[in-house]
Amino acid sequence: MHSEADDIKKHVRTYWMIGGALYVFTVITVAVNQIHLALPFAVTLALIVASMKGYMVASVFMHLNHEKKWIYGSLLLTVAFFIVLMSIPLFTVMDSIGTDIVQEVPAGSAHPGAGAPAH
Amino acid sequence: MNIPYTVEVRPDTGLANGKLGIWLFLASEVMLFGALFSSYIILRTGSIHWPQGELNVWLGMVNTFILIGSSVTMVMAWASLKLNDWGKHRLYLILTFALAGIFLVNKYIEYADHITRGEYPSHSTFVAMYFTLTGLHGLHILGGMVVMAYFIGPGKKMYQTNREQFVNRIEYTGLYWHFVDLVWIFLFPVLYLL
Repeated sequence: MHSEADDIKKHVRTYWMIGGALYVFTVITVAVNQIHLALPFAVTLALIVASMKGYMVASVFMHLNHEKKWIYGSLLLTVAFFIVLMSIPLFTVMDSIGTDIVQEVPAGSAHPGAGAPAH
Repeated sequence: MNIPYTVEVRPDTGLANGKLGIWLFLASEVMLFGALFSSYIILRTGSIHWPQGELNVWLGMVNTFILIGSSVTMVMAWASLKLNDWGKHRLYLILTFALAGIFLVNKYIEYADHITRGEYPSHSTFVAMYFTLTGLHGLHILGGMVVMAYFIGPGKKMYQTNREQFVNRIEYTGLYWHFVDLVWIFLFPVLYLL
């Protein structure tokens, strides 16, 4: 039978190992940056490594790998609204209100509106 | 009057009130930083030119090491309390506080370098975002240091009078501190590397 103290002692080893892993991942991130990869690839790689580091901090240091459902519930709501927040840049790009409408000018026509079909 | 459920768990949530409270606070913090990250994406994708390599990557990396180290010492401060080792708890908490201080000193050096070069927030959109994001993060570091200073100093008395509540308070402080570390884990590549 395990006591709480035994469990904590086991966790202490994990904390040090995760700390070491976080250092290694940081070195990898900086090393990859020194190679000067193409921007889209560099962004993807940096965010993947950062997400892995974030997962390690949240699951081990913040004990999210074994929490109560009320905490998971509140975090699920946060994730949903966070996704909405991160989607705002996408909506901004998709929004065409206020931008110039490019109208194709048919060849040989002097006026842009001359080629429009008459109804 | 005693505040209920500071140590014992509520029957409906299965949690002490403080724990649910700190997680709800952290959820609001996610939205605060999320809004700024979202603004950063809009400003960056909308700009014709975005400066790269403006910041000192090595200083940023050292600060990342410092914050990761402080997260380890913070969780060790809590684990030491759970193992009834008061001496080690004190050592780790003081170490966490010291590492937070070193982080802020490095940030001061970085800020001073920008200011002497005339790079105020009005210099460019990138510099404005840099000061806003790192400034807000720095304020969070300062807030964490104030809480830690309280538990290193006057707040330590509670360990003698209400040990379990003190352990819970250190756990909540740790949750906040790990969140501050987590934010930096994303700030570092976004501002310094990309």
